[in-house]
Amino acid sequence: MKYKFIANFFVITVSSFLLCGCVGGIPKGALSLSPQTLEWRMLQSRRFESKDEKKILQACAALLQDLGFSLEESETSLGVIVANKDRSAVEGGQVIAAFFLATLVGGPAVYDQNQKFRASIVTRPFGENEDQIVVRVTFQRRVWNNQGQITKRQRINDPKMYQEFFEKLSKSIFLTANEI
Amino acid sequence: MRQLITFLCTGVLLCGCATSQNQLLQAGDQLKLRSIQTRTFDTTDSVKTQRVILATLQDLGFVIDKADKELGSISATKLDGFALKMTVSVRPKGETQLLVRANAQYQLKAVEDPQPYQNFFTALSKALFLEAHQVE
Repeated sequence: MKYKFIANFFVITVSSFLLCGCVGGIPKGALSLSPQTLEWRMLQSRRFESKDEKKILQACAALLQDLGFSLEESETSLGVIVANKDRSAVEGGQVIAAFFLATLVGGPAVYDQNQKFRASIVTRPFGENEDQIVVRVTFQRRVWNNQGQITKRQRINDPKMYQEFFEKLSKSIFLTANEI
Repeated sequence: MRQLITFLCTGVLLCGCATSQNQLLQAGDQLKLRSIQTRTFDTTDSVKTQRVILATLQDLGFVIDKADKELGSISATKLDGFALKMTVSVRPKGETQLLVRANAQYQLKAVEDPQPYQNFFTALSKALFLEAHQVE
């Protein structure tokens, strides 16, 4: 009898945790600067010799369009542009593995299907005479599987992506300056 | 079988008494929340402060969602295995100060713990080169 009571008590406690307590607190350090902050800032920023912040922003917007992004939001007076694009997230290897697992265990094959990239660009005047403009871009993405569930929420930290972005931005600034 | 019924009954008893619609106006203690989420800074330059807030958010790994200079409000989202959404707003306080208020939402819950806000304002005051004053 006593054993049963304890067992029931245990079930109640566990079930209440499972049903109600699944949302944990905010991770420690989510809002503090990390040792990598400076490294990321350098990776995500470039300085351009220009006094014309608007021109630089126009070049940024043009580049985002080149890359297939749709502009979502902009506030030129603060130097902000926000854009996003939806693309397929299907990777051959993952799909094959999913189907293999599904035939083995049964049930549907679950694999990543869609992804949404978001980019925010922030510009600011720099230098004593404000004769330079710093451009900083940050990217992130969400991935959904073929069941409509979010499988990845991540920021993009790959240095190559940022290098390539800024190479293209230099080109875009040149093209915009020459009205091409 | 009996345990399954106990499991289900407990669930209904513990969670089922509030409808999810009630969440619309649900929040913690208003005054306490404001003091946790608000700081004042000795500056009147709202645009510069907003630009520093944008830079701080980017430093913290956020992607900006929205910015409005006139309203003085900026929203941003951080994805890092989780989703953290933040709105920061700036408005004048008296003749010499600005009031900065931040509120955060982690996954599907409001952040009401003081520590994350303290961390945010520490990062912001470093970038502003100004001390953050607690609001009484």
